[in-house]
Amino acid sequence: MAVADAGRLSASRDRWYNNPLVRSIAVQIILVAAVLGSVSWFANNTVTNLHERGIASGFGFLGQRAGFDIVTFLPTNSSSTYGYMLLAGLLDTVVVSLLSIAIATVMGLIVGIARLSSNWLIRTIATVYIEVLRNIPPLLVILFFYLAVIASLPAIRDAMQVGDFTLSNRGFFMPAPVFGANFDIVLIAFLVSLAIAWGVRTWAFARRMRTGQGFPSGWVGLAIVVVLTAAAFVAAGAPLSFDIPVKTRFNINGGWTIAPEFASLFLALGIYTASFIAEIVRSGVMAVNRGQTEAARALGLQGGQVLRLVVLPQALRVIIPPLTSEYLNITKNTSLALAVGFADLVAVGNNVLNPTGQSIEVVAVWMAFYLGLSIVISVAMNWFNARIALKER
Amino acid sequence: MTDMQSQDDVFFVRQEMLAAAPPPTRVHGVWPWMRVNLFGSVGDTILTIVGVIVALWVVVPMIEWAFIHAVWNGSRDACAAQTDGACWAFVKANLGQYIYGRYPDPERWRVNLFFLLMAAGIVPLAIPAVPYKGFNLLYLYILFPLIAGFLLVGGVFGLPMVETPLWGGLFLTLVVSYVGMAMSLPMGIVLALGRRSKMPAVQVVCVFFIEFCRGVPLITVLFMAGILLPLFLPTGVNFDKLLRALLGLSFFAAAYMAEVVRGGLQAIPKGQFEGARSLGLGYWTMMRLIILPQAITIVIPGIVNTFIGLFKDTSLVYIISIFELLYTVRNSFSDPTWAASTVPTSGLVFAAVVFWIFCFGMSRYSKFTEDRLRVGYKR
Repeated sequence: MAVADAGRLSASRDRWYNNPLVRSIAVQIILVAAVLGSVSWFANNTVTNLHERGIASGFGFLGQRAGFDIVTFLPTNSSSTYGYMLLAGLLDTVVVSLLSIAIATVMGLIVGIARLSSNWLIRTIATVYIEVLRNIPPLLVILFFYLAVIASLPAIRDAMQVGDFTLSNRGFFMPAPVFGANFDIVLIAFLVSLAIAWGVRTWAFARRMRTGQGFPSGWVGLAIVVVLTAAAFVAAGAPLSFDIPVKTRFNINGGWTIAPEFASLFLALGIYTASFIAEIVRSGVMAVNRGQTEAARALGLQGGQVLRLVVLPQALRVIIPPLTSEYLNITKNTSLALAVGFADLVAVGNNVLNPTGQSIEVVAVWMAFYLGLSIVISVAMNWFNARIALKER
Repeated sequence: MTDMQSQDDVFFVRQEMLAAAPPPTRVHGVWPWMRVNLFGSVGDTILTIVGVIVALWVVVPMIEWAFIHAVWNGSRDACAAQTDGACWAFVKANLGQYIYGRYPDPERWRVNLFFLLMAAGIVPLAIPAVPYKGFNLLYLYILFPLIAGFLLVGGVFGLPMVETPLWGGLFLTLVVSYVGMAMSLPMGIVLALGRRSKMPAVQVVCVFFIEFCRGVPLITVLFMAGILLPLFLPTGVNFDKLLRALLGLSFFAAAYMAEVVRGGLQAIPKGQFEGARSLGLGYWTMMRLIILPQAITIVIPGIVNTFIGLFKDTSLVYIISIFELLYTVRNSFSDPTWAASTVPTSGLVFAAVVFWIFCFGMSRYSKFTEDRLRVGYKR
């Protein structure tokens, strides 16, 4: 039918090679053929190359003994397998990402609100912070923290010391909690008290909906959690002690240590990304119409309620999507750990790749992890976004 | 009678004048400005005092470190003696290396000429009032890369050959970012068009490529270009490491560029597409003459922002041992003749300032085009 109509317009439209459908199918066939062709060509070359170098492909190497040791959050030793090492690196990536995200969010929120301040000085300081940090490569910020800031801290011998906390160029040392035998009782009590507090909150909300009577559920809940947990702690015989770091002449043993590599990475990423988050927060708050605040006031809501019930939910709608991509950026930027020698997934992968030559498999592991993470975070954020989206009739 | 009285109660006529109000407070001048912007309320005043303390606490030591206690001339000994000031003498001594990398001394004029040719292409393009943008683009995309390639690599016209491993410093950073920018823009446009295409196969391929590149860190893409690419090619076929890094970086940036361009394409009203179609234009003619000029113009700020990101990302080729500015700077710290505690900080601050100048300049330009476009679109 369409072909017949086109035929009436002009003869040249009637030629088979001018038919849009034919063209579209042809283009797609050529594209698919080209993609498949190059992929199989690459695969073929790779097989030949690997065969010539005598490298066995496949993930069998993951079970082999690694023979090197790295400092990670999981305990490793030189007889750990490659697979376990990669897992340890993955955990490090997750930990450092979460810490950076926390720092970046808090700092970004503060700087973003400061940027909106009516106080000229505060506004200017926030602007300078944002403009300086945004225009410097993150790698440089990380190196700056590693080579300039932390390296210029005093040596262990004359380290800064407050109580059992020590700050030196070898890291930040602090007491580590040691959990006693009955600590699980305290933990269970804490969880139970949380559940009770949640129940109180639900009840208070339902009653308020029904009768309009308020109830200070926040304070009561806090009291329930604190009292119950503390009581359980005392009843269990205070099963908590601290492993206090002991300073020797050249080193500090025991306790918890925040290594310079780790500290420089999460501090730098947090502070760098905070400058982007600040701008996101600012645009989000500015996107909420003034009339919204005024209308909320006219309804009789108080200052905190206006912010919590009217302004923030609307600002979040603008803030969440770009914030998600910043969080993803932080996670991807943790791969810069390679430059300071912090054992994240990429750095560990690099360590695995050199002795084994299993470059394809290692790169595949990297890509699978980051792509998987991207998908998970996008799905989670889309769900959250849909939840807070404009409710229309 | 009672009615009259109640009316007297209701109506009130003022007999005497109001007292004169005080003159309005001055709204201009230093003091009124400070009262509004710094000391508006008690809380505001406290904030201002805290702000002043913080600013002094940060800025004063910084100025002392960078200027007052800094060592401007001399050798390592002068820097080692002055532990609370910058060692600019070190930066000065290494400046040639920071700009040209290990490019041989007698050939550095070629790099300088490259800088000049690059500026000659980019400056007129950036100024809206300069005509002949088409020729300008032609120069930047065809003539300039050709000239620059022959000029920098050499081996022809009696120029000695300079291998790419000798390239480095700011010069290499500029080469990498220029190639990345020049390649990513057209690739991004094609990808964006593909993503909006009605052909399912084209769309799937483009979406897959874009989401893949955007989902992984640049480092892994660079590793892929650096380590895996030689494996993918037939045995014996290999090309320059720099070229491979450029390829990886361009693909990576193209994915981000595609999303920016897609934003522009989505902002074009449907009527523009339909109007073009009704005039009898085919797909490519419509895109070239009607859609893309509008879409690209809208997203110039976004494109420049992607360029800023790309410029910052060039520092990552460091990871695969290509001597761009940051790697050159870090590498110079290991020089035993300059072992002093202030050396790393000074070098990094120098690199930060260089990166900052370029990125800040670009962001100002982005702001400038944004404002200019807003004027253009005002109804």
